Amino acid sequence: MDFLIFQVPMLTLQAVLDGLLLGILFALIAYGMALQWGVMNIINIAQGDLVILGGYIAYFMYLYGIHPAWGVIVSPIIMYFVGVIIYKLVINKVVDRDLFISILATFGISILFMQLMNFAFGADVVLANSGYGTTMLFDNSVTLPNSKIFSAFISILFAIGLVIYMKKSKLGRAIRATAQNARAAKILGVDTEKVYAATFGINAALCGVAGALISITFTIHPYMGLPYTIRSFMIVIVAGLGNLPGVAMSGMSLGVFEEFADYILGTEFRIGSVFLLLVLILVYRRFKLSRKREYLK
Amino acid sequence: MKIKNIIITFVSAIAILFSTSVVSFAKVVGDKIILGAAISLTGKYSSNGVHTQNGYNMAVDRINEMGGVKVGGKTYKFDIIYYDDESNPKRAAQLAERLISQDGVEFMLGPYSSGLTKAIAPVTEKYGVPMVEANGASRSLFTKGYKYLFAVLAPANLYLDVAIETAVALNGGKGVRIAQAFEQDAFSQDVRLGILDAAERTGSKIIIDDKLPKELNDMAATLAKVKAVKPDVLVVSGHTKGALTAIRQIAEMKVDVPMLAMTHCDAAKLSKQHGKNSQYALCASQWHKTLTYKDDFFKDGMTYAADFEKLFGYDPPYQSAESSAALLVFKDAFERANTFDQKKVRDALAATNMQTFYGNIKFAEGGQNVDKPMVLFQVMCDDAGKCENKVVAPLKWASAELIHPIPKWSER
Repeated sequence: MDFLIFQVPMLTLQAVLDGLLLGILFALIAYGMALQWGVMNIINIAQGDLVILGGYIAYFMYLYGIHPAWGVIVSPIIMYFVGVIIYKLVINKVVDRDLFISILATFGISILFMQLMNFAFGADVVLANSGYGTTMLFDNSVTLPNSKIFSAFISILFAIGLVIYMKKSKLGRAIRATAQNARAAKILGVDTEKVYAATFGINAALCGVAGALISITFTIHPYMGLPYTIRSFMIVIVAGLGNLPGVAMSGMSLGVFEEFADYILGTEFRIGSVFLLLVLILVYRRFKLSRKREYLK
Repeated sequence: MKIKNIIITFVSAIAILFSTSVVSFAKVVGDKIILGAAISLTGKYSSNGVHTQNGYNMAVDRINEMGGVKVGGKTYKFDIIYYDDESNPKRAAQLAERLISQDGVEFMLGPYSSGLTKAIAPVTEKYGVPMVEANGASRSLFTKGYKYLFAVLAPANLYLDVAIETAVALNGGKGVRIAQAFEQDAFSQDVRLGILDAAERTGSKIIIDDKLPKELNDMAATLAKVKAVKPDVLVVSGHTKGALTAIRQIAEMKVDVPMLAMTHCDAAKLSKQHGKNSQYALCASQWHKTLTYKDDFFKDGMTYAADFEKLFGYDPPYQSAESSAALLVFKDAFERANTFDQKKVRDALAATNMQTFYGNIKFAEGGQNVDKPMVLFQVMCDDAGKCENKVVAPLKWASAELIHPIPKWSER
């Protein structure tokens, strides 16, 4: 078959670059999810709604004449506190329960957030213009919006910052200890309650950064959160829990995979193909697991 | 425990009170004709829901002020019972049931969006309640053989075929190469069908035919393809999200196309959100204030727009104008039927042939308005960056000349 992408070599490059830039941004959201899932064993369905709320913060800054790029600093600060408040009000009551309860609780938060955002900001689709222009390569045949490059750059910066923070800081070490064994950490004097609150806060802050970036690269709308939740969920599943470099890799490769699926199978199969890949990976995992010899540790 | 009991007693007392005191409205109470409407006042359609409600309210006030509706030698005034359908089709259908069977409403106004109209239409049809709707354009609404559904707007498949015909005319009558990207929802897919028809009719060729996901926020891949194949016309329809995403990414990726046609520019506030980047985009619209249709109630589009702005503080989008027109249609039908018998009012509606400030209204067998063409406007900006929508087609109402082809990004 004569696929356009193979006839025009520059399209291949465009697809790879677009996919990478998109994937990096998604990886940032997935990063927060992986962290909180690993530490607290909570799958946060409201992840995407936190992203959108972060986006609205940047959007309102833009409305009041402040460049939306500052949103990547302001939004995480506000969102950190939003995260801590959500933890104190709801999450701390479900943190030790089984996964299903936490899914229900965060699903409720998600609906509440959607409606509140709709109520507060209206149902219009909005965006913030960064005015960053475009980078053109190879005589304008490959174009990269600078806003996307900026987003990817900031995402990488925050991801690296987080890894260093987790390794070097006291709280970071406490978070890792809690993730490994909450009970042992508690016995050794780690205030796990505080660790959980901070983890949820950090996750919300990462969502805030991603939201601000999304408001300048894509569009935001109160009901647009769920796709971000699903995407980050998939990235985490593909990467495996507690595998932060894996999250970055899986984010980027899913981004590129999606772009290629779009060119080869058609836009309508873009999302579907990612799901298909997810199923294949899960089946493969299961297959590998079943071949492992089981023994009591 | 005691407090809990008191609360339970209190709540049940209120519930009983409410359940026994539901007043059953008749269709006509005293000198009032009561219409029912489920409108999206919350949820994802709430902005357009409010535009719809404002349009209805303005027309009700205007008709009432100007003498109301004369039926059987008596003068009646319009009144509307609203319920919030929360932008949810199931809820809309429930509310339609409630309006008809509990509130006793015998004439309905439509909700916002094709999806919700589709949910309500079977209910109104079942009870034989005439419904004039102003915001459901999906073609599938008009192919189901509904007898009590009347839409003042042109069906979705006619939204953009004017654009294709204009492009073909500008190409010396020869077919053009079309790239299209449509969201996968009932409305946008209907617009797509219209383009397919137009392409066949004009001998045009469709070279890209992308279906965008509902959670669309990125169409970079589609646009990269467009850059590679260089079509004559790019058509995009995906509600406000689609319009905003397309303009943002076309500008960012410097995609040069001679003609860009889309829907929902009004609702997306394209020129406000994107400024000069939205320049030259062609947009399909049901109505524009500069059209010269006239009626006795709102005079013409410009007067309607000025009055609307005075009342609500913003320029009326076409969703408001068509909603106001729905009331004019009802008034006309009641007066011609000269009775409140639902069947006779239905027949009178079917025989409607009138002009309103919004356009001519004449219903086809399926209930769609066949006497009002769509208009195309083009976003035009001055040097200071102030942008305006100017009607460019059909030529009869054009207030500006179409700028074609769109200048290349490198020359802007």
